Amino acid sequence: MKKKRVIVIGGGISGMEAATHLASMGYDVTLLEKDKELGGHLLGWEKLFPTMRMGKDVVEFLNKGITLSKVNVIRKAEIVNAVKTGEIFTVTLANGNKFESDAVIMATGYDLFDARKKEEYGYGIYDNVITSADLEEKFLSGKPILTSKGNVPKKIALVHCVGSRDEKVGNVYCSKVCCVTAVKQSIELKESIPGVDVYCLYMDLRMFGMHFETLYKEAQEKHAVNFIRGRLSEACENQDSSIIVKVEDTLAGKPLRMTVDMLVLMVGMVPSAGTVKVGKMLGLKFGPNGFLKSMDQHTMGTITNIPGVFIAGTCAAPRPINNVFVDARAAAITASSYLEGYDIEKRISYS
Amino acid sequence: MKVEGKQAIWKEYQKDIAGDKYFYVRSCVRQNFFPGSETTFLRIMREELGKDIYEHPCHTTCTGIGYHGDVVPLDTMMTVVARQFALMTEAGYQNLVPSCITSFGIYTEVLDTWHHFPEVEAKVREYLRKATGREFKIPQNLAHASDLIYKFRKEIAQNAKFKLVDKETGKPLKVVDHIGCHYSKMFPEKGVGGAEYPYVLAGMIEDWGGEVIDYPERRHCCGFGFRQYLVQANRGYSVACSHKKFESMEPYKPDMILTNCPGCPMFLDKWQYAIAEMEGKTYGKDGYGIPVLTYEELAGMVLGYDPWDLGLQVHQVSCEPLLDRIGIKYDPLKKYNDKNGVSLGVPEKPSVMKVS
Amino acid sequence: MKDFGFTINKDRQIDMDTADMRVAEYVKTHEPSFNICIACGTCTATCSAGIFTDMNLRKLFTLVKRGEIANTRTEIAKCMLCGKCSLACPRGVNTRNVIVKINQALIKFSL
Repeated sequence: MKKKRVIVIGGGISGMEAATHLASMGYDVTLLEKDKELGGHLLGWEKLFPTMRMGKDVVEFLNKGITLSKVNVIRKAEIVNAVKTGEIFTVTLANGNKFESDAVIMATGYDLFDARKKEEYGYGIYDNVITSADLEEKFLSGKPILTSKGNVPKKIALVHCVGSRDEKVGNVYCSKVCCVTAVKQSIELKESIPGVDVYCLYMDLRMFGMHFETLYKEAQEKHAVNFIRGRLSEACENQDSSIIVKVEDTLAGKPLRMTVDMLVLMVGMVPSAGTVKVGKMLGLKFGPNGFLKSMDQHTMGTITNIPGVFIAGTCAAPRPINNVFVDARAAAITASSYLEGYDIEKRISYS
Repeated sequence: MKVEGKQAIWKEYQKDIAGDKYFYVRSCVRQNFFPGSETTFLRIMREELGKDIYEHPCHTTCTGIGYHGDVVPLDTMMTVVARQFALMTEAGYQNLVPSCITSFGIYTEVLDTWHHFPEVEAKVREYLRKATGREFKIPQNLAHASDLIYKFRKEIAQNAKFKLVDKETGKPLKVVDHIGCHYSKMFPEKGVGGAEYPYVLAGMIEDWGGEVIDYPERRHCCGFGFRQYLVQANRGYSVACSHKKFESMEPYKPDMILTNCPGCPMFLDKWQYAIAEMEGKTYGKDGYGIPVLTYEELAGMVLGYDPWDLGLQVHQVSCEPLLDRIGIKYDPLKKYNDKNGVSLGVPEKPSVMKVS
Repeated sequence: MKDFGFTINKDRQIDMDTADMRVAEYVKTHEPSFNICIACGTCTATCSAGIFTDMNLRKLFTLVKRGEIANTRTEIAKCMLCGKCSLACPRGVNTRNVIVKINQALIKFSL
């Protein structure tokens, strides 16, 4: 009997893990990745919360899965068309190559929120305003963390919820990973710059994951990171290109100003351009926040409105890496049961 | 600071500004505060740019001051605004140009309210009909007078006799721009350049040869706030706002402040005197204050109009040091004369701030 | 100097650039658990002083950390050192000792 075929779209964590599992179950799996390398956003991240293990270890684990289970990987794949005809999916690339399959896994991920949209924070204008991703790039480079003028920063503030929980930019949801990323990066800043003062400007600290709270306490206890509850209202640049931040210290009940040498914006997740593009081509439904919609929030995660299309990872919602792994494996299972003729929709008795 | 970042934002906030045939409505207070400004604006529009700009003798206040000062109710304000629209419609114009930022804010807010709540517009039409028998059309284009000067800034630059440049050093003058709060804070998309990095005045400064100074408290209100200034007991809070701005801009040594609101230049100018009297501190060079100009005065200045025709003699902070730096000639003896050359009397000198 | 019938209002912003952090630093050094407070308010809810006076232990800790110490002496004088706050704290902050350390710092720096 001919092997059933699956196309996995997106070669980040969720796509790689889902592809690995489907291939190991015996399916003929093609993984389409737009970049020249697999790994997605993880490639730009040095250490991972909450354990501080290296991101590249996880990439290696994922790559090994792809190699061992013999996934057919197509890199630099730009999708120009994706359709379902009868029971068969056809995905066409810009170079004219066509791929057919019996199921599709959407693993198209997220884009980082474009911090320039928060005009009042001055990203792209003030020299010493950077994003969490920019900071991660600096960590990854191994070079010392310096201000735009090449000085060692004495005071750094990290702004939570940039592009998240913000109606003004159209994103009402929590991106889940930024709070703990801020705590992680605070600790790393404290470790790499002796004597630096670090301030986290937050609305709520959402330490939901196992060990996140421990990391937070470690930041307070071991590293004396300062936490100020209040959302940044605006940043301004001084003559010496240091940054003035204005927040309300909501616990003190007073407005607060502070000059910092560097301001780090914890940018949230938005549905990736690829998620929107390919999702539309396949006729998938989008939720109110613009991410791909699963058929039911409790019972039908990974399952979409198009039979045979399954969603994995952050194209469905912001998620930390451990959840993405679980989600990718769940998508592989639901895709497999679909390919074996199991109809999960039979179980639905509610409307 | 990366100017490309600002330019990207400026591109996002490009508003539609009509090219000709304007219905001009004056400010209640500017003719007292800065008596040459509106006249200069009309002169530039008509004589330099050859535009059709019409003023109706029967137009009134928009009631913005009373509305924001809690003495004029919303329905009354909207009906008065409707009457201005009716005068414009009757005169055959469609492009409304208010001189005042508060009025600009009021008109913008009323139009937005009617857009979202057509039943309110219907009600106001009924009020106006009952009160005056008038009908009106919604303006096709609403632009603040500073938007017009912004739109024609390059034409003005071409006709300019002077540049915002120090004639001794050849260096551009450092200019602080201060935008009236109601220009774009309520409706960022209605202001040239948006609300965080407005470009309306910055564009004039750039094109007329100056250098724009961005300082930390640039976005802070001048402190007028209507009720806040109008009640004497609240003035400490009002002056504290301007004080905060002066303290913040001081290290940049600005040569002048450019404004587009009736209240801001008034307060930024006069509070410098009050602060000097209260605290002994001045912010300009050699014990002078920092000159505060309206955009019309500045446009008239670069076009080479007589400074006393622009009304610079009624400023609290002396403008002469600025005129000298640019190389603009003026007759000090005529400073306090009226149009017929008769002396209006010379004001008393302040005890701290130096004046010319 | 002229009297206009009003003066320039003082800024009520907390200015972290000029804040007096001596008390905060002293307490952090001598009672490090001061750092791990999460400002949950459990202490304040159970505080004997807080119920009968306007003392607010949670807020007092925050203010000390921001260098806002003008009223600290009067505020901590309301504390009866009963220790209920330490008992209640879910984070294990030695709140009772924090108060003692704040008091010591105020004396040390003649504040």
